[in-house]
Amino acid sequence: MRISVMIDGVRYEDDVEARLLLVHYLREQAGRTGTPIGCDTSNCGACTVLLNGRSVKSCSVLAVQADGGEVTTIQGLASNGELHPLQQAFHEEHALQCGYCTPGMIMAAVDLLQDNPRPSEEQVRDGLEGNLCRCTGYQNIVRAVLRAAGQQTEVSA
Amino acid sequence: MTAIDETPAEVGKARTRKEDARLITGQTNWTDNITLPGLVHVSFIRSPYAHARITAVDLSAARSAPGVFAAYSGADFAAEQGSLPCAWPVTEDIVIPDHPPMAVDTVRYGGEIVACVVARDRYAAADAAELVDVSYEALEPVLDMEEALAPGAVKVHEAGNKSFTWELANGDMDAAFRDAPVVIERTYRQQRLIPSAMEPRAVVCAPLGDEYTMWTSTQIPHVLKVMLALVTGIPEHKLRVVAPDVGGGFGSKLQVTGEEVLALLLARKLGRPVKWTETRSEGNVAVHHGRDQIQKLRLAADADGRIRGLDVHLLADMGAYLMLVTPGVPLLGAFMFNAIYKMDAYRFNCTGVFTTKTPTDAYRGAGRPEATYAIEHLMDDLAAHLGVDPLELRERNWIKHEEFPYTTIAGLTYDSGNYEAATAAAKEMFGYEGLRKEQADRVSAGSPVRLGIGISTFTEMCGLAPSRVLGSLRYAAGGWEHAAIRMMPTGKVEVVTGSSAHGQGHETAWSQIVADQLGVPFEDVRVLHGDTAISHKGMDTYGSRSLVVGGTAVVNACEKVRQKARVIAAAMLEVSADDLEWADGRWSVRGDPDQGKSIGEIAFASFAAHALPDGVEPSLDSDATYDPDNFSFPHGTHLCAVDVDTETGQVHIRSYVAVDDVGVVVNPLIVEGQVHGGIAQGIAQALYEEAAYDSSGNLVTASLADYLIPSAADLPTFITSRTTTPSTLNPLGVKGVGEAGTIASTPAVVNAIVDALRPFGVSDVEMPCTPERVWRAIQSARAEGDAQ
Repeated sequence: MRISVMIDGVRYEDDVEARLLLVHYLREQAGRTGTPIGCDTSNCGACTVLLNGRSVKSCSVLAVQADGGEVTTIQGLASNGELHPLQQAFHEEHALQCGYCTPGMIMAAVDLLQDNPRPSEEQVRDGLEGNLCRCTGYQNIVRAVLRAAGQQTEVSA
Repeated sequence: MTAIDETPAEVGKARTRKEDARLITGQTNWTDNITLPGLVHVSFIRSPYAHARITAVDLSAARSAPGVFAAYSGADFAAEQGSLPCAWPVTEDIVIPDHPPMAVDTVRYGGEIVACVVARDRYAAADAAELVDVSYEALEPVLDMEEALAPGAVKVHEAGNKSFTWELANGDMDAAFRDAPVVIERTYRQQRLIPSAMEPRAVVCAPLGDEYTMWTSTQIPHVLKVMLALVTGIPEHKLRVVAPDVGGGFGSKLQVTGEEVLALLLARKLGRPVKWTETRSEGNVAVHHGRDQIQKLRLAADADGRIRGLDVHLLADMGAYLMLVTPGVPLLGAFMFNAIYKMDAYRFNCTGVFTTKTPTDAYRGAGRPEATYAIEHLMDDLAAHLGVDPLELRERNWIKHEEFPYTTIAGLTYDSGNYEAATAAAKEMFGYEGLRKEQADRVSAGSPVRLGIGISTFTEMCGLAPSRVLGSLRYAAGGWEHAAIRMMPTGKVEVVTGSSAHGQGHETAWSQIVADQLGVPFEDVRVLHGDTAISHKGMDTYGSRSLVVGGTAVVNACEKVRQKARVIAAAMLEVSADDLEWADGRWSVRGDPDQGKSIGEIAFASFAAHALPDGVEPSLDSDATYDPDNFSFPHGTHLCAVDVDTETGQVHIRSYVAVDDVGVVVNPLIVEGQVHGGIAQGIAQALYEEAAYDSSGNLVTASLADYLIPSAADLPTFITSRTTTPSTLNPLGVKGVGEAGTIASTPAVVNAIVDALRPFGVSDVEMPCTPERVWRAIQSARAEGDAQ
């Protein structure tokens, strides 16, 4: 099937198998390898991207379902060389170690803050429940999201 | 002399990480990102049986499927695949069974590789894998360690189900137990865990003539290169191993895997680059598991709680085969059951047992979390038995800060520590007395939600490891680390380290160390690692060793750079080298600091080499290989408060305080992050995770839908702090932090749960302490109470 997808501001037109997962399309056909794959049961959220502005786990979407749509990956988040506030906050709060979950975690957080620009710590924790991290214990991720939301982090050292 | 004394500018600073720039923007180089011209994809066919004889493998349909280049069974590789290595034959008579990367006639765990398909892309490979028809004759699985050792048990291997028995003993155990006023006997179970690094494994192997480059998601590129040469017979100098960005390891990538060996052999056979990327569900059965011990413990004490003797009998599940360090993992615990406590006698006896399960091997802490759990749980049990406060009991037994260096009953010499200081700080932050009062109030009010307070005053042996000690424990390799400093003409510095980072932040921490050592800006330092063509020597990253061993190698290499620079500076300044002193990145004339040359100026002079003294080589580059004399011994006090709903069994962590003493801290941001993540993994063992098998030997937690890794919503905010008792064993004074949180937190949480339930007569809850297990523990204790 032929699909047309806007990925990080660039239009891609490709023939794809109907069964091709969006994440495999992004990584292997479009060369957008910034979005990694962490599982095969849609539990880990490492592959989270924005599809038409909302976060999706791109392992759970077929490429053909993105036809005519707009995908934003971690590689399209910074604009004009300026990091997105969440990227900046993840850096400053040391919200990543190995960094494998980070693209998905940041993209999920983008969506979270769209819905709730001033979340509480508990709302951040609940909002990121679908994204697993094995390194950080989540504490600095929570702090980073609160920081990006312009809030003093209430999480103590 | 070290420069750190004079310019403490960088070490200790909470630098944000250099690594982040690529990781937060998706510019990362994970192995699965790598693509090469002509690359073909491998799919492995794995045994669905825990134990079976392979009677036939029919590859014909797969071979004729579209896009398929080749398909092989184990028999096709029998002559060349060798046996996967075990580098730690812990006893002379250890049984190390043959471990073919691809099974030839028998499979011994569900997930063992039996065949493979190579195709033009991963979808075609997966399709063709479905067409491979393997016939099996099912055999009885062997799932329980005690049954495995019983006479007449089904054999996992021809030689039987016992791999080894290893013993360490010191002191008069009979005397310790004879007439002891208190003897506590317990059996604890360390459940099997799945390490679950977020990046599934992947490997790409490319041939170029008779040379091979392998990119692989590994913690150990250097060790792997040696082992690939030994297993396949391909000469070591024809191999290059690269660990590109690696998405976590936690011990699971401290391995020489069948997939890596087969990728190399397939690249050779097909003459083209091959790639394999694991799916998570594949990884859950095929990546080595961790823990899985039965711990039988006897502790003798005086009436005042002073420990007389500790007798430890372990059964350790090896799984189906011995992998790289499988038998050594429980032995790392042998030196840690006695922990921070003094005692008269100690015995550790461990038997490694084969079962038809995924092999076990190192997982964060590796032997030490199991030991710490046991002793910290026992200390609480002893305190409850005696009716004394568990912190008070610990204080009666622990090594006082003025007693260091202290040689323990297990034979290790702890260089430094201050358990009093860490515990006092933790008690204060936790509000210990107030929580004890609230706990008592809830008991007297008969509240259905009880408060429990859990304690873990832990230590660990880190900085693996002195090569002589490893040799005495029959480990095949050394424990040194290598570093090289390359001084560039413009004064910039490249650091080549044999440590292989996969999330630890070496690029940042090493830059801080070198900035101080050479007096150059943090930004002017670049750290290279994880490629055997660049970093030719190394022992890689595991066992909280990178900073302690690798960081010291960096310091030593910098010292050599400075000494080379001194000779050149003396010539430039036309003074004697003896008249120069080092400060802030410059050699200058003693008493006349304006007369001096910076390391950058000296580097350029050595590059130009126009006016070097006779016999002085035109280079400041230096390297150092450091072998530690001893382990390092971080310690700390972790306190956990839980609310336990006795009607539902639900456990809620109300507060968690961690005071760690990891010696001098190079980067507090990184250290705090390591502590957080470590605590989370330890809590995960206490409350959530278990690799569970059904009665046929199928792993029932084979996906992330079934194996419960905690999310942000499942974990509390940790309150962390530090005390600093520098290690006396290395110039940086550092001790290591990678495993501390994981070692400390599991007993802190379980002790808290048991503490809440002791009034009901509960003395243990088996991990993971799920609501059902907690509820059942209460019910069965109540039933026992009623019966009495």
